[in-house]
Amino acid sequence: MAGFDHLKPTYFEECAELLDVAYDQLPAIADARADAETIHAIFRAIHSIKGGGGAFGFDRMVAFAHRLETVLDLLRDGRLALQPQIGSLLLRSTDVLSDLIAGARTGEEPETGMEADLLQDLRNLEAGAATTVIAADEAQTAPAPAAPALAPRRYRIGFSPHANLFRSANEPLLILRELRRLGMLQVSPDISRLPELAALDPDDAYLAWTLQLETTASRVAIEEVFEFVADDCALSIEAESDAEAAQPASPASAPAGRDAHAAPAEAEPPRAAAPPTAPQAPSLSIRVDVDKVDRLVNLVGELVINQAMLVQLGTYLPPELGSGLITGLETMSQHLRELQESVMAIRAQPVRSVFSRMPRLVRELSAQLGKEVKLVLTGEATEIDKTVIEQLADPLTHLLRNALDHGIEPPDVRQAAGKPRQGTIHLGAEHRGGRIVIEISDDGAGISRAKVLAKARARNLVAADANLSDEEIDQLIFLPGFSTAEAVTDVSGRGVGMDVVKRNIQALGGRIAVESRAGRGSRFLLSLPLTLAILDGMAVAVGPETYIIPLTNIMESLRPKPDSIHAVIGRGDVLAIRGEYVPLTYLHRRFQVPGAVDDPCQGIVVIVESEGTARVGLVVDELLGQLQVVVKSLEANYGPVPGVGGATILGDGRVALILDVSRLDDRKLDRPHQPPRPAAIPSLH
Amino acid sequence: MAQHVMTVDDSKTMRDMVTFTLKRAGFQVSEAEDGQKALTALRTAKVDLIITDLNMPVLDGVGLIRAVRQDAKHRAVPILMLTTESDPAKKAEGRSAGATGWLVKPFDPEKLVDLVRRVCG
Repeated sequence: MAGFDHLKPTYFEECAELLDVAYDQLPAIADARADAETIHAIFRAIHSIKGGGGAFGFDRMVAFAHRLETVLDLLRDGRLALQPQIGSLLLRSTDVLSDLIAGARTGEEPETGMEADLLQDLRNLEAGAATTVIAADEAQTAPAPAAPALAPRRYRIGFSPHANLFRSANEPLLILRELRRLGMLQVSPDISRLPELAALDPDDAYLAWTLQLETTASRVAIEEVFEFVADDCALSIEAESDAEAAQPASPASAPAGRDAHAAPAEAEPPRAAAPPTAPQAPSLSIRVDVDKVDRLVNLVGELVINQAMLVQLGTYLPPELGSGLITGLETMSQHLRELQESVMAIRAQPVRSVFSRMPRLVRELSAQLGKEVKLVLTGEATEIDKTVIEQLADPLTHLLRNALDHGIEPPDVRQAAGKPRQGTIHLGAEHRGGRIVIEISDDGAGISRAKVLAKARARNLVAADANLSDEEIDQLIFLPGFSTAEAVTDVSGRGVGMDVVKRNIQALGGRIAVESRAGRGSRFLLSLPLTLAILDGMAVAVGPETYIIPLTNIMESLRPKPDSIHAVIGRGDVLAIRGEYVPLTYLHRRFQVPGAVDDPCQGIVVIVESEGTARVGLVVDELLGQLQVVVKSLEANYGPVPGVGGATILGDGRVALILDVSRLDDRKLDRPHQPPRPAAIPSLH
Repeated sequence: MAQHVMTVDDSKTMRDMVTFTLKRAGFQVSEAEDGQKALTALRTAKVDLIITDLNMPVLDGVGLIRAVRQDAKHRAVPILMLTTESDPAKKAEGRSAGATGWLVKPFDPEKLVDLVRRVCG
């Protein structure tokens, strides 16, 4: 249908939301604990998807949605009983519908195999239930016979509204006007039913008409004019011309017949009484193209750079001029920060949209693996940047698969180990210190360190004689090449290993850490930034260069006394602080910057820490100050550099690199005297 | 003054379509997401026509029709139901509640404009 194309993006966005609703509610059907409102909510979602799809001509998807909807309708009416198989069928059907929607969006037609099977299954379900509805609705959609364009004919129409015609706000005058549009119309009113004024009820219809219409329009077209009032009037349409009169005319109620089957109708109470508990509350909201928000984010970023530039210029002014400017700029900076946060909040979305896909995954996988697993979700309302959310789905799916496949033991094994037969996987999200922490933990067997170590040795990822701590062994699973197709089952193995998960998380500016206890389970912690675009950092000088250290990584900074620096064989220099030894990394050696301070006691040591890594002291020349920087991707514009998370433009227009603290240690460039290990183990110390 | 049509549908796409079609035909259009919100808006608004979906959360189309017909201020406002071929029973229910007419989804924009003109002149 022409003219609606510009509404497609809205439609697809809406489809995604509606699918989420369906996925949210469908598990209740599988567990046979769905109430009428739940089924109704799913029905509405599918129904809306179908309705919009029809308008855009997505016939294949609409046909499928229609079958799905019919089954939901049967469930809703109780003509089909709730059963787990139906729940699973509906879930798979919703998957296919989701694929079909994706196909409609991209123009790529998905394969038909699964779709055909499910269509058949859905039809079988329908067949098992009452078939009357379908028969009826097919009869109703039968197209009206096409009317041949002929010479004008004269019709004699008797139109006598029932008294209650006005109750439905129909207006005879408008009907007469529309008839007049069809041709020449002569109207003779019949006022015989009109009562005395005192007895007249203004809500009732009293008038009737005899109409003579001369028109080329067909009888069907005339009937259509009376379509809405056919049940509320006595209507006769008689053709005066012979040809039309020869037809077996069905006066009085010809159009009314179309509705006859739908007569017994008042059974259902109004929905106003629906329980107010349903969390249906996307209250006042507008829908905005993500591009527009991104433009806003970028602009705010540029503003931040500009502001920094102005502050810098202000310092060149004599104090009597500069101080006022600086004060003004400080106020501005505060407003900028608020602006930034507000803009970021636009992009933020609850993680629910990703989390809600997981219960189905767990249910289906556990059935497939013969395990009993309960998934506990917490913190679904935690908000995080939309981009991050979108890219979280794959890593989370992978981690959950792993937990199910490798973590949770079969029920019998669990029972033998004195655990409940049903395993528990916890998927949670929470804000923690300017970041989002997502936890995936299970109460399964934990990482089998012996197996991991044996495998790592077999793959030559660690030296045969390397003596690794438990934590170090756990980290081995993140090594590229550790997990391969032959080593995993068809459930968790898709040729994608934990190294890819780790890389995906790191690409989002996140960290992943694992804790595991034999027999007690494993816990993966993903720590993600709230936003990818702007970062609070500390600018540090190293020789002539400026580097940015993310503020979240900085524990403290100090100028050490000479007696607190010790050289440790095999570890390089360490800083003794409060009874702890913190290894030092000389940034100028790491990045080969000439002309920098080499003695930590002349410079500053910034102690940093990141998820999954121990503390490190970074030796820099001096601290330049705290600032907000707009992160520009180095990978997109140049290429990945270990230890560098991105770049930014400083107030004076120079480029500064943003350090990726967790990977600074990747290559021990500043410790050339250390014998190289057989293979590098990222994030190990 | 342009006639004011209120479209009530929980589907943003559908509301957009109705709004787009009718605005182009010269009507003034307002939107509500469900029957309850429509009723709230009706407390202060004057409308010449209501076009409502039947399946909606909170208060569905039939409930909305009943409520409007019981409201002295609006009971003469024509109401068109947007139905699908798959819910004839719902349609009958809407009719007996006092709907003026109906339109089958997905609708042909021209047909919608025709119907709107038919029921509100």
